[in-house]
Amino acid sequence: MKVYVPSALRSYTDQKDEVEAGGATLDELLRELDQRYPGFRFRIIDEQDSIRPHIKIFVNYNQARELSAKVLPEDEVSILLALSGGM
Amino acid sequence: MAKPDRSSKETPAAKTNHKPKPSKGPLTLLIATRKGAFFLRGNKNREKWKLSEPVFLGHMVHHIVQDPRDPKSILMACRTGHLGPTVFRSTDLGKTWVEAETPPAFPKAPEGEKGLVVDHVFWLTPGHPSEPEVWYAGSSPQGLFRSEDGGANWEGITGFNNHPMREAWIGGLGDGTPDGPKMHSILIDPRDADHMYMGMSGGGVFESTNRGVNWKPLNKGSIADFLPIPDPEYGHDPHCVRLHPLKPDRLYQQNHCGIYRMERDEGVWVRIGDNMPKKIGDIGFPMVLHPRDPDTAWVFPMDGTTVWPRTSPDGKPAAYVTRNAGESWKRLDKGLPRKHAWLTVKRQAMTADSHEPVGLYFGTTNGEVWGSANEGKKWECLARHLPHVYAIEVAEHLK
Repeated sequence: MKVYVPSALRSYTDQKDEVEAGGATLDELLRELDQRYPGFRFRIIDEQDSIRPHIKIFVNYNQARELSAKVLPEDEVSILLALSGGM
Repeated sequence: MAKPDRSSKETPAAKTNHKPKPSKGPLTLLIATRKGAFFLRGNKNREKWKLSEPVFLGHMVHHIVQDPRDPKSILMACRTGHLGPTVFRSTDLGKTWVEAETPPAFPKAPEGEKGLVVDHVFWLTPGHPSEPEVWYAGSSPQGLFRSEDGGANWEGITGFNNHPMREAWIGGLGDGTPDGPKMHSILIDPRDADHMYMGMSGGGVFESTNRGVNWKPLNKGSIADFLPIPDPEYGHDPHCVRLHPLKPDRLYQQNHCGIYRMERDEGVWVRIGDNMPKKIGDIGFPMVLHPRDPDTAWVFPMDGTTVWPRTSPDGKPAAYVTRNAGESWKRLDKGLPRKHAWLTVKRQAMTADSHEPVGLYFGTTNGEVWGSANEGKKWECLARHLPHVYAIEVAEHLK
C-alpha cells in the first residue's frame, strides 16, 4: 500500500514523500518500514507502542489511534505532523 | 580484579602534581539550541570566531558533548517538536552524523500497565577513561541509560530506572523544570568507573558505588524550601552538580536553593552561596569549575525572588567567581551590558575551556553567546541572533 511520508521523516526515506509497504496492521506496516529505514518507527511511535502526541496517522480518511488498526493493500496511509500550536 | 583505590582524595595526576597541561590549540563551542546545533570555531588565541551554518536546523538539541577519549567523536541528543528523542554520533568532529540504532527508551510495560516514555534525552556524559566506548545519558522524565558501543545502542540502567524508590525520589511529573523533570549532572569518579553521582530536578543528588546497580540520596545539608519537610532525604532540586577531576571527593552544586560544596568524606553540603552578596543572592543554574584548580568555580546568578523571573538580578548580568572554594566571591561583569539586560542562562549553557588562562563561555535564552579568554575578567559577545541556547560545551581540537 502507499504510505505518505511527511517532510520531517524524509531523511529516513531518501527524501521520498511516498513509499510502498505491506502488512495486515499499522504495526506490521511500520515495522516493515523500520526494517527498511532504521530509526523511522521510534521517531513516531514511543516505547509503549503509542503514536507520539504530535503525530497523526490516517488510513484513507480515518485517523488510526492504535497500532492494531487493520490495513488493506488498497489503503493509503498518511503519516502527518499534527497541528501542534504556534510559537 | 583489584578494586580501584578511592581512599585517596586526589587523582593520581593531582597527587604527583602532574596537572593536565593547558590546551593551546583552536577550539569549537558546541552550541545546542531549541532550533538546531551550531558550531562556533575559535582560533588558538580565542580572538577570532567563526559561526557554522546550522546543523539539524529546527531540531531541539539538548546537549552536544565531545568524547575526551576519542576527540573526533561527538554525541548529540535531540528531538523535534513532532518526532521522538534520539541520539546522533559524529566520528569526524561534526562533519557527518549517524543516528543511534537503539536510542534511550524505557522498557515496554506489561499489558494493562502504564509505562514510562522518554520525552527527551537531556544529558550526555562520556564514561570512565578505562571504558572508551561507554556513555551515559539522562532523560526527561528521569531515567538513566548506558551505551557500551559509543552511543549506537542504549540500555536503561535498571538499578535506577526500576528502583522501588524511584517514584518517591522524583515526586510527580510536576516536580521538575518548566520543560519537564530531568536527570542531569551524571558524574563519573576518575579513580573508579563504578563510582557515580547524578542529579535530578526534582529528586536531588544521588550516588552509586556499584556502577548504577544501587543508588543512595546525597542531600544532607542542602535545603529544599519548596517542600514542607525541614530536612528531607530527597526531593531536592540541584540545578547543576560538578565534581573536580583533580579532587574527585569535592563536589559543587548550584541548587534551586543556593550554591553548595561538599567534601565527600564529610558528606554534608555546605552553603557557600551564603558568602555571595545578599542583593544578588545565590540562585542560578550553571556552575563551572576551573580544570586545574579545585578551589575555583564560577556561577551566573539569576533572580530567584518572588515568582522566580530567572533573569539577571536587576537586569545587570554578571558571573561570580570564587578562588577559595566558596569562602568569598568576586563579581565579573566587565564587557557585559551594564543595565536593561534580562539574560537567562540555563544549567548546561555555561562552560570552560582548558586553556591558560581558562576561557569561559555562556549562552542565553535570547540567543547570544558570550565568552571571556581571561577567566571572566572581560567578556565579549561572540555570537548573537541564535535560537534559544540550551547548552554549550567545548570541543578541543586535540591531536
